[in-house]
Amino acid sequence: MKLHLKTKVDKLGIDDRVSRITKRSLKSEAKFQGLKMILSMIDLTTLEGMDTTKSVEQLCYKATHLHKELPDLPNVAAVCVYPNMVKTASNFLKDCEVKVASVATAFPSGNSSIEVKIQETNEAISNGADEIDMVISRGKFHSGEYNYVFDEIATIKESCGNHARLKVILETGELGDYDHIRLASEIAIKAGADFIKTSTGKIKSAATLPITLVMLEAIKDHYYTTGKMVGMKPAGGISNSKLALQYLLLVKETLGNLWLDKHWFRFGASSLANDVLMQILKQKTGFYQSNNYFSKD
Amino acid sequence: MSSKIKSLKYNGKWDFSPSIESIEDISLKKEYQLFINGQFQKPISKKYFPSINPSNEQQLTKIAHAESKDVDLAVNSARNAFNGHWGKLPAKERAKYIYRIARIIQEKSKELAIVETLDGGKPIRESRDIDIPLAAAHFFYYAGWADKLQYAFPNRTPKPLGVVGQIIPWNFPLMMAAWKIAPALATGNTVVLKPAETTSITALLLAEIIQQAELPPGVVNIITGDGSTGELIVNHPDVNKIAFTGSTKVGKSIMQSISSTTKRSTMELGGKAANIIFEDAPLDQAVEGVINGIYFNQGHVCCAGSRLFVQESVYELVLRKLKDRMQSLVVGNPLDKNTDIGAINSKEQLSTINKYIDLGVKEGADIFQLNCELPNGGYWCPPTLFTNVSQSHSIANEEIFGPVLAVQTFRTTQEVINKANNTPFGLSAGVWTDKGSKAFNLASKLKAGVIWANTYNKFDPTSPFGGYKESGHGREGGLHGLSPYLNLE
Repeated sequence: MKLHLKTKVDKLGIDDRVSRITKRSLKSEAKFQGLKMILSMIDLTTLEGMDTTKSVEQLCYKATHLHKELPDLPNVAAVCVYPNMVKTASNFLKDCEVKVASVATAFPSGNSSIEVKIQETNEAISNGADEIDMVISRGKFHSGEYNYVFDEIATIKESCGNHARLKVILETGELGDYDHIRLASEIAIKAGADFIKTSTGKIKSAATLPITLVMLEAIKDHYYTTGKMVGMKPAGGISNSKLALQYLLLVKETLGNLWLDKHWFRFGASSLANDVLMQILKQKTGFYQSNNYFSKD
Repeated sequence: MSSKIKSLKYNGKWDFSPSIESIEDISLKKEYQLFINGQFQKPISKKYFPSINPSNEQQLTKIAHAESKDVDLAVNSARNAFNGHWGKLPAKERAKYIYRIARIIQEKSKELAIVETLDGGKPIRESRDIDIPLAAAHFFYYAGWADKLQYAFPNRTPKPLGVVGQIIPWNFPLMMAAWKIAPALATGNTVVLKPAETTSITALLLAEIIQQAELPPGVVNIITGDGSTGELIVNHPDVNKIAFTGSTKVGKSIMQSISSTTKRSTMELGGKAANIIFEDAPLDQAVEGVINGIYFNQGHVCCAGSRLFVQESVYELVLRKLKDRMQSLVVGNPLDKNTDIGAINSKEQLSTINKYIDLGVKEGADIFQLNCELPNGGYWCPPTLFTNVSQSHSIANEEIFGPVLAVQTFRTTQEVINKANNTPFGLSAGVWTDKGSKAFNLASKLKAGVIWANTYNKFDPTSPFGGYKESGHGREGGLHGLSPYLNLE
């Protein structure tokens, strides 16, 4: 099977497909299962300049104690922090299966030398990061220096080795049209990304359903041609359950069963978990509770 | 080569729970009468036939069977309306009635969608999102033309034809009624319309809407019955035009019947559309277009993309994608909001489809069907595709009118043009390529009335629709849809 190079993306077709998938109707058991799956796939994120060890510890506590009335709920998949908070998070989470993800490589702009990026990655890993969320060099991408972008990802992947899974943030909001997003996805995948991720969450234009579909299709084609799975992480702006369920439907209908698992699909989000919890309680009790009953860490 | 492409799995994990549209608010009458001269009238023969729900074979209601005297009454009332009030009405007043019909359709869209699904077996998603909105849109669009006919045909004097007989099929019952009635009214004609016998109910609900809109009596008459009723309309001496949508076989016999008369005609008949995927196409979107092209409305679509041509270099990949995409199609209860493929419209149609599927296997093509559970009772056919098909296979050159796709390959542009045109039909075609010049080149070479580029089965009242060759003549929709209802002096 040869590579289908320069795969084209048709914007109207992508938008049509998304609109069809979002018309799926999730009721009762399917909705409940979906909500639980979303919880298990969240990378609970704090990426603020004002993060402190205390605030990160509070987030870690939340990650492992989502709601006291619902003890049988899954934990979130990971907490996602800046490199200097990795040690705090990994100490807190060392006895549980919640992963520690660290952004790296001069997040969010990526404008630094490769040496600095390698150094930052290595430090995060040695401090206990299970996952590295790197950013690609969008400036180089726009200059057409695709080999640079590829090599940079491959280098960071080498640093990750067997110690950490690598998520590659494309920052789709800065890439322009869907063809660029598709190309960047292919570069990241072929350079060794374990996950491709839409956004840093640091610019206004973050994950959207159509952009996620474009990236899922790149993942699908890679699977068809190599048999290898790559994960997907939309991030930024996914703050309510309804939207998160639509993302999950996109995965269900594009990649199918194998990807409906936290090992292959994540949500990068900070406030999504509370809304999902609220919906789960509603499913269980028939009533919406005030958002004051959900911790705001 | 294909064995190297791993397939994906789409069922058995996080499956949908039932999400059934409620039919609590729907009340159908025990029997439906003929709509003649603004009133609902019992048929003179007192004969009725059952209308059944094809998804469970239960009887929904009984429909009046119009015979010769009923047809006379309907045509006479249309003639009187044409000679009387309606013929003298200023065009902008005609438009008001048409707008009113459009608005009431919108108001009742939920009820109409549910009944369309109950009676015809199509998924509620389609009747809700496509059939009913398009029916309303068609009335809105043609209402706008009513007082602008001089601008549509400059330096001419557009005049209505008189009484038009309209015979419509069962695949898009209300939408087809709209396609027929809206331009006829906008141009000042009066109408005798007959819906298909398996799907009469929404046409009769439209009759109620027309009554509610206070359209003057006789301007639209809706009479029900089987092919014999249709024949009576076709052969009625006081009908000026026949507009027919249906099979090529019936279309040909209508043309024979009216050949020695002055009756005008528009024929929208069968099709065997080529959907063509070039190697430079956006493949996932193309595959989605193929799915919409053939499995939309269970393939009961005259412009269905029933022949797929894939450029050989991407054939294995496209086929894999297609088969994987088929797995995520939901087949079942048409009232379930997640259903993609509903019931086959009738027992007769199901046996036609099955005949062709058997024929495909017998003639040596390889069959692939979605492995899904089909409901008990009712008429069902899983989405089906055939590979190893050549031009001479029956499944590649005859219209099946079901969810059956024949897949072929090609090497060059010229080859696919030849193959695509190698059919007695010429209704529609689809071209998938990232290259604009290629799309335009194909559009000029393919002998089909509608050619979609990088999309399929997109309908809009502003766009003319109709066929070449044995797919018919005349256009519906757009400005072109006006002239078949006008004398242009």
